[in-house]
Amino acid sequence: MDAMKQRWVSLFVENDIGVLAKISGLFSSKLYNLDSLTVGVTEDPTISRMTIGLTSDDKTFEQITKQLNRCVEVIKVIDFTNIPTHSRELLFVKVNRITEADKMELFRITSVYPLKIVDYNKNTAILQAVEDRDTNDELVKLLSSFFINRIEVVRGGSVAIESFF
Amino acid sequence: MEISGADLFLKALREEGVDTLFAYPGATAIDLFNVLYDADDIRLVLPRHEQALVHAADGYARSTGKVGVCLVTSGPGATNMVTGIATANFDSVPLVCFAGQVPLSLIGNDAFQEIDIVGITRNICKFAITVRDRKDLGRIIKEAFYIASSGKPGPVVIDVPKDIQVAMGSADYPETVNIRGYKPNEKVHRGQLKKAVEALNSAERPVFLLGGGVNIAHARREMTQLAELVNVPVVTTMMGKGAIPTNHPLYIGNLGIHGNYASNHAIADADLIFSIGCRFNDRITGKLSKFAVNTTIVHIDIDPASISRNIVVDIPIVGDAKNAINQMLEICQSRERTEWVERIQKWKEDYPIHMLKYSGVTPEKIMMSINRQFDDVILTTDVGQNQLWASQYCELDIHRQLITSGGLGTMGYGFPAAIGAQIGHLDRQVVSINGDGGFQMNMQELATAALLGLPITICVLNNGYLGNVRQWQQMFYGNRYSMTCLMRNENCPLQCSGPNEACPTQYVPDFLGVAKSYGVQALRVTEEAEIDDAIRMGKENRTGPTLIEFVIDREANVLPMVPPGEALDDMILE
Repeated sequence: MDAMKQRWVSLFVENDIGVLAKISGLFSSKLYNLDSLTVGVTEDPTISRMTIGLTSDDKTFEQITKQLNRCVEVIKVIDFTNIPTHSRELLFVKVNRITEADKMELFRITSVYPLKIVDYNKNTAILQAVEDRDTNDELVKLLSSFFINRIEVVRGGSVAIESFF
Repeated sequence: MEISGADLFLKALREEGVDTLFAYPGATAIDLFNVLYDADDIRLVLPRHEQALVHAADGYARSTGKVGVCLVTSGPGATNMVTGIATANFDSVPLVCFAGQVPLSLIGNDAFQEIDIVGITRNICKFAITVRDRKDLGRIIKEAFYIASSGKPGPVVIDVPKDIQVAMGSADYPETVNIRGYKPNEKVHRGQLKKAVEALNSAERPVFLLGGGVNIAHARREMTQLAELVNVPVVTTMMGKGAIPTNHPLYIGNLGIHGNYASNHAIADADLIFSIGCRFNDRITGKLSKFAVNTTIVHIDIDPASISRNIVVDIPIVGDAKNAINQMLEICQSRERTEWVERIQKWKEDYPIHMLKYSGVTPEKIMMSINRQFDDVILTTDVGQNQLWASQYCELDIHRQLITSGGLGTMGYGFPAAIGAQIGHLDRQVVSINGDGGFQMNMQELATAALLGLPITICVLNNGYLGNVRQWQQMFYGNRYSMTCLMRNENCPLQCSGPNEACPTQYVPDFLGVAKSYGVQALRVTEEAEIDDAIRMGKENRTGPTLIEFVIDREANVLPMVPPGEALDDMILE
């Protein structure tokens, strides 16, 4: 079997009830590994665009794209795996039970790393990042090491678009 | 002028040329039935269970090539369709299944007989949709018929809430369809096809491997011409059987774990497998790593997702089987392959399939009698040994068609499918071959067949076992017959490894008694000499169904067979 690899797919689908269930159901029913799925409406309100991150070998991936293309609700499938794209994911991290010293640490972190403090009060701060998924992974790791058992993470899943060549 | 949703539903059926509707009423479908009450141009058929209803529509669709249309109520009416829908989906049968639904305002309230049938069937049909707006109803029905019948055919589910059925709206039914996400590719890539033909021309030991796609595309005549033109032997899957006449000199037989010796060896020895309309399913490949090693494989299929899925293909071609075959007829060259054809013929003669081990009423003799007595017939089978025997011994050609649940393997399919096939062909002979297990799953349909006077010859091969599983238990599980005996009663010991003197003598039900209660002619065959006469009685009775119970050897096996996990040419012959 060929190697497992991280892939990205962009899907144009009908903006209709049940389409998200259809696509996610396809992955679960056939035991495909779905890492992330985001969906939002496009400039055409009848069309939504999904960005799907998944892990598979080449053979399974070929089958996945064929199965997606087969769905009546899917208008177009684009494989983003090997083409240049802009890809971003929204990340919020809430840091709990912070001290004055922690607050200073947070301001230092945000001056070095692509994180922004978007809200804070006496005991809590909320940080935001809009980076690619790998960078966000690193940021979560970093914050976990500073604030052990005190962080709460919410991630939006990646959205991606083809870049200019 | 505005009309109700129900009136538009009826108009749509007429526009689509629907002459038969398999329908079971209920509270949320009552408005649709109300308009059908006046429709004397659409034949309504009332099966006794919604699962059988879908199988009947399926048998109708497979035998006529038209779309089978179903109408049921919400809740249990809809959920009872599920097995039928999955069966049709697996074998690419065009169906449009309408289900009533509670009014839109009640959806999500756990209303009486509310069920999310679209959610339930989403992964087992080609397309499923709830009508949420009366103005979309016509378009949705139009698209449903198009989706069901085009490309790789399949079932479509339309969920129609009760308030949509009564809502007034436009009387227009669209004439054209434009679905931006659905553009089936039926054309064949000429360059790829040329490459495939070149490979065929230069092959020394080529074999055609034909699947159900050739039958679905109605390409049997053309396929026979093509095989004759290029002199290439033909093996089929169970669904592909009949793609060329089974008595044709180039026909070898079925491939797979219950294929015959010559077919399995032909595939193992071929230098080119030219496959049309088959999925390389696990039942035909045997052990994948040993399937067609070092053999060039051409694969023509309407469904891109079927190509290079189970086995890697050298020359993939997406397209309709009939288109491809017709184009090949134009560009293929005639070539003699006497030595290869003779080698296969010799295998066929040396290793014929017979049930010599068993005496009396054997399945082989029953099938042979059917072969002798019917030259124009639609055969349906149930699932299990009866199906495998039928696919081994029944002769098929352009006038003899086999209808069977190949993909899902649905017990209880055979008899209701025969009802649908007979309704689609009132002037033809229909024979339904069943086991005693599967027949009991839908034998309530005797009422449907009796009341409609359908002259089906219903064969029930009674061995008192769920025979196919019992065979596996015997061959691979040390005779541990766990729950496969249908004669087992409260007095039987916990464990039993076969018929013995202490076995109960009474079979339940008495099939003759059951038939009698429905007013159906029935007879029991226990002697070989009675087989022909019984089948003749079934054939000659044109006023209603005839049930023939054949009491067969309790432990007769389907052979040859490839043990699970083995290569195709590693067969158990007897």
